[in-house]
Amino acid sequence: MSAGHSHPLHRPGDTPVHRMAPQVKVVAAVAGVLCVVSTPRERFWAFGLYLAVLAGVWVLARIPPGWLAKRALIEAPFVVLAFAFPFLAGGPTVDVLGVALSEHGLLSGWNIVVKGTLGVLVSLTLAATTTPGELIVGLQRLRVPTMVITIATLMLRYLDVIAAEARRMRIARICRGHDPRFLWQVGATARGIGTLFIRSYERGERVHLAMVSRGWTGAMPDQGRPAGRAAWLLGLAPTALAAVVLGIAL
Amino acid sequence: MTPPALLVERLAYAYPDGHQALFGVDLRVEQGERVAVLGPNGAGKTTLVLHLNGVLTGQGKVEVTGLPVNKQNMKEVRRRVGIVFQDPDDQLFMPTVRDDVAFGPANFGLRGPELDARVTRALDDVGMAEHADRSPLHLSGGQRRRVALATVLACDPDVLVLDEPSANLEPRARRELAEVLLGLGRTTVMVTHDLPYALQLCPRSVLVDGGVVVADGPTRELLADGDLLARHRLELPFGFRLD
Repeated sequence: MSAGHSHPLHRPGDTPVHRMAPQVKVVAAVAGVLCVVSTPRERFWAFGLYLAVLAGVWVLARIPPGWLAKRALIEAPFVVLAFAFPFLAGGPTVDVLGVALSEHGLLSGWNIVVKGTLGVLVSLTLAATTTPGELIVGLQRLRVPTMVITIATLMLRYLDVIAAEARRMRIARICRGHDPRFLWQVGATARGIGTLFIRSYERGERVHLAMVSRGWTGAMPDQGRPAGRAAWLLGLAPTALAAVVLGIAL
Repeated sequence: MTPPALLVERLAYAYPDGHQALFGVDLRVEQGERVAVLGPNGAGKTTLVLHLNGVLTGQGKVEVTGLPVNKQNMKEVRRRVGIVFQDPDDQLFMPTVRDDVAFGPANFGLRGPELDARVTRALDDVGMAEHADRSPLHLSGGQRRRVALATVLACDPDVLVLDEPSANLEPRARRELAEVLLGLGRTTVMVTHDLPYALQLCPRSVLVDGGVVVADGPTRELLADGDLLARHRLELPFGFRLD
């Protein structure tokens, strides 16, 4: 997004995947995830092929697997739940290293782990190759309602401003001896949040004034460029491969 | 005869809660003039500014280069009057500087190469072209102020209105902004408490207090009148004397 201050999920680069129109990447990612979740969980080979297709995109986009693995840890809490299934579910069991595990539970756990992981990896690939600003342009080109686009644009910009304001308010409280470690001391923090809400609301009004003064009438200007037929064909090629795999798996 | 850049006659305005902010303001700004609007807090300066591009509409007459400010002319009025707000964080909201500078002219119908050229020129005018692809969030206060100015210059306004342009700026950023403003050669109305800045940038000043214009004249003469300033809760910084 900017020199020296990129988003933690974005990996700046100049590869064919980075240069691809964002609307194509959004459609490819959503359709890819749909293919993954529609695949019957017993078709183990299909998930391997999905991963291979995704790995091909990583090679093109020059994203190292380690970079993705670190960020994929976000799904860890869900994976823990999936590992509990084989022990908790009922039905026929199989012996693994002397432990009786539920067959149904094993398949359910596998289903969550493999589909969740592939979904997270697809999302990370999209985020790594597309800046937040480009994502909004992509959604705009896909005719997402203007109100949603406006809210997303403003959120993207002001989340950091409001977080910085909250940090400054907290430091100012601490500097005046506030030490919110006990339940009866959280009152000041709660009031701080209330004040932040009012300030953000007032800022919203000022931002609106500044936008109206520059001719805003309710829709964000469309800053994207249409993607040509070739871009769509190229961009959707990995998803088309995934769709073929799904077709065979079904 | 060329119409004045701004013509305000008997402008009165009360906020919805009943608070009367303006009691009949008269102001005429000729094309190419740079005028400072001075006054204490709560004098009605910002309320007056918001009438110049029709964000607020009170009783009385407001014209911009001969065009009456009314519902039918609103779009053109907002193109002709560019307001730079006090806090750049209120003005800069797009992901990159370039997007933000393009926001105004795109709203006024510019597209493609024409829009790109306008954005480049506005950023060049304020010396920020090299930062076009950065996020406004990561710029310094002075840089943000100059980008906020560029977002308005990109609309090619006839009248530039600045609300407290020197607020929160370090001395060097303050001087750099003054140099940019002096180099623009546009009709400028500058609302400020910073009296030396008014003296540096605006040959003429109007003093607003209690919702009316109480003095209008050469900035140096107004600022040399210690009694007038004291009556309206204004004073020069420590160590300054003009008499």
